[in-house]
Amino acid sequence: MELLVRVGAVMAAFLVLPLVIGQAEHKVMAHMQGRVGPMYAGAFHGWAQLVADGVKFVQKEDITPRAADRTVFRLAPIVALFPYLIVILTLPLGPDLVAQSLDIGLFLVLAVLGIGVVAVLMSAWASANKYSLLGGVRGAAQLLGYELPLVLAAASVAMAAGTLSLPGIVEAWRPWWLIWQAPAALVFFIAGLAEIRRPPFDMPIADSELVFGYMTEYTGLRFAFFLLAEYVGIVVIAGLTTVLFLGGWHGPFAEQLGWLWTLLKVAALSFVIIWFRVTYPRLREDQLQRLCWLILVPVSLAQLVITVAVKSLL
Amino acid sequence: MTVADVLLLALGTVAVGSGALVVTSAHLVRSGLYLVVSLGAIAGLYLVLGAELVAWVQVLVYVGAVVVLLLFAVMLTRAPIGPSADLDRPALPAVLIGGGLGAGLAVLFADAFRWVRYPEADPGTAERVGEQIFGAWVLPFEVISILLLSALVGAIVLSRPDVGARPTPEA
Repeated sequence: MELLVRVGAVMAAFLVLPLVIGQAEHKVMAHMQGRVGPMYAGAFHGWAQLVADGVKFVQKEDITPRAADRTVFRLAPIVALFPYLIVILTLPLGPDLVAQSLDIGLFLVLAVLGIGVVAVLMSAWASANKYSLLGGVRGAAQLLGYELPLVLAAASVAMAAGTLSLPGIVEAWRPWWLIWQAPAALVFFIAGLAEIRRPPFDMPIADSELVFGYMTEYTGLRFAFFLLAEYVGIVVIAGLTTVLFLGGWHGPFAEQLGWLWTLLKVAALSFVIIWFRVTYPRLREDQLQRLCWLILVPVSLAQLVITVAVKSLL
Repeated sequence: MTVADVLLLALGTVAVGSGALVVTSAHLVRSGLYLVVSLGAIAGLYLVLGAELVAWVQVLVYVGAVVVLLLFAVMLTRAPIGPSADLDRPALPAVLIGGGLGAGLAVLFADAFRWVRYPEADPGTAERVGEQIFGAWVLPFEVISILLLSALVGAIVLSRPDVGARPTPEA
């Protein structure tokens, strides 16, 4: 019974949060660009726009290109979505408020996020389209590269907390870690953005040159799955940054309002992610790799040294 | 049979089956994807055996990185959709070597462990693995890290023609 409640709660979060983020993206982007965004669907400020979009996607024809590898083509969107579902399962909302507490939750999260690359390569190759393949190869190079600073930054905070359990890390977190772990937090957030291929790191999708990268041939519900994966990805990266670096449920009245603090921090970070999309132009492929290997990796390695030094002084 | 036994058998079947598909499939990229399934099933085996950390390392390193690099390399060179007719895979020697090795290992394991009953090991938590690696096995660990470091340096030197390469003579 309790298990059912937990799974149900995770499924609800999995379905509702992306919609909220998606709607926020419509509205925030619109207002930043001097527009109003969706206004009519659902009457009040277009709140039902994404529901309408969902209905539209369901009605569209599900097309598989003739030259495509059908099985792999059809499986790819599910493989893209699946890792994020597992990650949401392990994110703690408040003290004792987590769907599945694990001894090495951080490790599981990082391992499972790595599966996303397989989905990109699957969809890219199976589409039998040169634009898709180019986008997929770019995407794989990007994901493989940025996984390194992501893991190193997460390792830093795990070393500081002395545990790999996500609730354990939040438990050990102190406000002054905001300064101590600041470089790692920045690296993690930026590398996380690249991991979910959000602008300015959307070179694999690059609509002006690759049509829509590895998603070019997808239609209807399968395309909606990829979109959903992108929005869940925002939740996951914002959630992980919150849990690892911003102290999760810590805040006034953490005992009662812990979950609210977590959600607020996640919402604020999601806003920043949307803000990035409106602010920065897309990084060129060479700039993207340069940022990863010449800036993020050295910074995260230096952060590891700082973490060890401070930790041994304490 | 306990639940763990059933899970071990099922995951083992998946691992062996998809492993066989890796070497028999005529679809080049699909072979790589079967390898993902096979290695994932092996991670599942570790999980059932209580070695949580090893299981996730398996996913992180093999599924998330090694196979992806493999697929990446295949896609950069030649990745046709559909079966390739010109795959150079001598079946007979492969069957002989693979079958012989498998049978030999099976006999060896059956002979070595048939009469021994081991108590179930404690779960392989991160703490225990860390204590073992940095306690009893610290020397091999350091040796391996030096090996990896030299491989890394070697890869960088090989990929950079401006480092240590002889100037090519003008024709």
